[in-house]
Amino acid sequence: MEFAYLAAGFGAALTIIGGAFGIGKLASSAMEASGRQPEAAGDIRTSMIIAAALIEGISLFALVICILLALK
Amino acid sequence: MVLDTIQEVHDSLNVAAEKGEDTSWILHHILDSKEIFGLFTLPEIHLFGIDLTITNHVVFMWLAMIILGIIFSKVSRSYKKSLVPKGLTNLMEIFIIFVRDDIVKPTIGKGYEKFLPYLLTVFFFILTCNFLGLIPGGATATSNISVTATLATISFVVIQAGGIMKNGFFGYFKGLMPHGLPTWLLPIMFVVEVLGLFTKPFALAIRLFANMSAGHIVILALLGLIFILKTYFVIPVSIGFALFIYLLEILVALIQAYIFTMLSSLFIGMAVHQDH
Repeated sequence: MEFAYLAAGFGAALTIIGGAFGIGKLASSAMEASGRQPEAAGDIRTSMIIAAALIEGISLFALVICILLALK
Repeated sequence: MVLDTIQEVHDSLNVAAEKGEDTSWILHHILDSKEIFGLFTLPEIHLFGIDLTITNHVVFMWLAMIILGIIFSKVSRSYKKSLVPKGLTNLMEIFIIFVRDDIVKPTIGKGYEKFLPYLLTVFFFILTCNFLGLIPGGATATSNISVTATLATISFVVIQAGGIMKNGFFGYFKGLMPHGLPTWLLPIMFVVEVLGLFTKPFALAIRLFANMSAGHIVILALLGLIFILKTYFVIPVSIGFALFIYLLEILVALIQAYIFTMLSSLFIGMAVHQDH
């Protein structure tokens, strides 16, 4: 029974749901804040990119584990 | 006509599933290998039992080093002639000023000049390695976990050395704990903070490695779909998606170099100015 591939697929999908949800929320509040105060748009954009890269880093942790599973 | 197309793709999917198509060629293009460009084999060197063969990724790291050496020695020599930059110096000055004013100065604050050479080096090295990997036939050195782990270890050493030199050895560890804590919480917080010192560079390494490898794997998988399905109809779809992911990867290459440098300088700032 080779459930490792199935587990890898499920794991990657669930992780991506969490990561996409977080980044979506982040992007929506960044847009709202830029709309309220267009002069701060540059700072907001920088902070948004940093936070998005950190969230993506976490989801890529789980992806690396799934790749390890699928390669076994 | 459309139904025939669908039928053909469906048939070839079944054929592929039955034959059990092998996907090891994807890994062959991502991982380190002892042949360069698939053309010639590189020499093997074993020294004191350690395998020091010059592999694909090592050659591309040397290439990045040579490119950076040529460009920046030219830039630094042109500053001796005149302080006003022209041409290539002007272009590089944009990046250098960006790293200094938007990454290093806000996060480290006072005394940032000591760390500026290291952070500039890391930024341009990761940027060059990432871009060299995007050229067709090139290998990404930063998609190798050993390379990114080395960069993260060097960052770790710079962070600890900076913190210890500024605050003293015991002062640094004392400053790790947030103040205003009940005494019984101190041992647990100490363990948590020391673990945090190690997990942050580890996350730097994994983030860079996973971002670089993931992009290449997706492009290779999309293009390999053409060969697995063995139909002509999937070619425009496949190449369209692969082109989109390719452009996204250029953005990711820039962002990952920026994030590595930004987080390294953030950790250095937190270690040097511990009272925030």
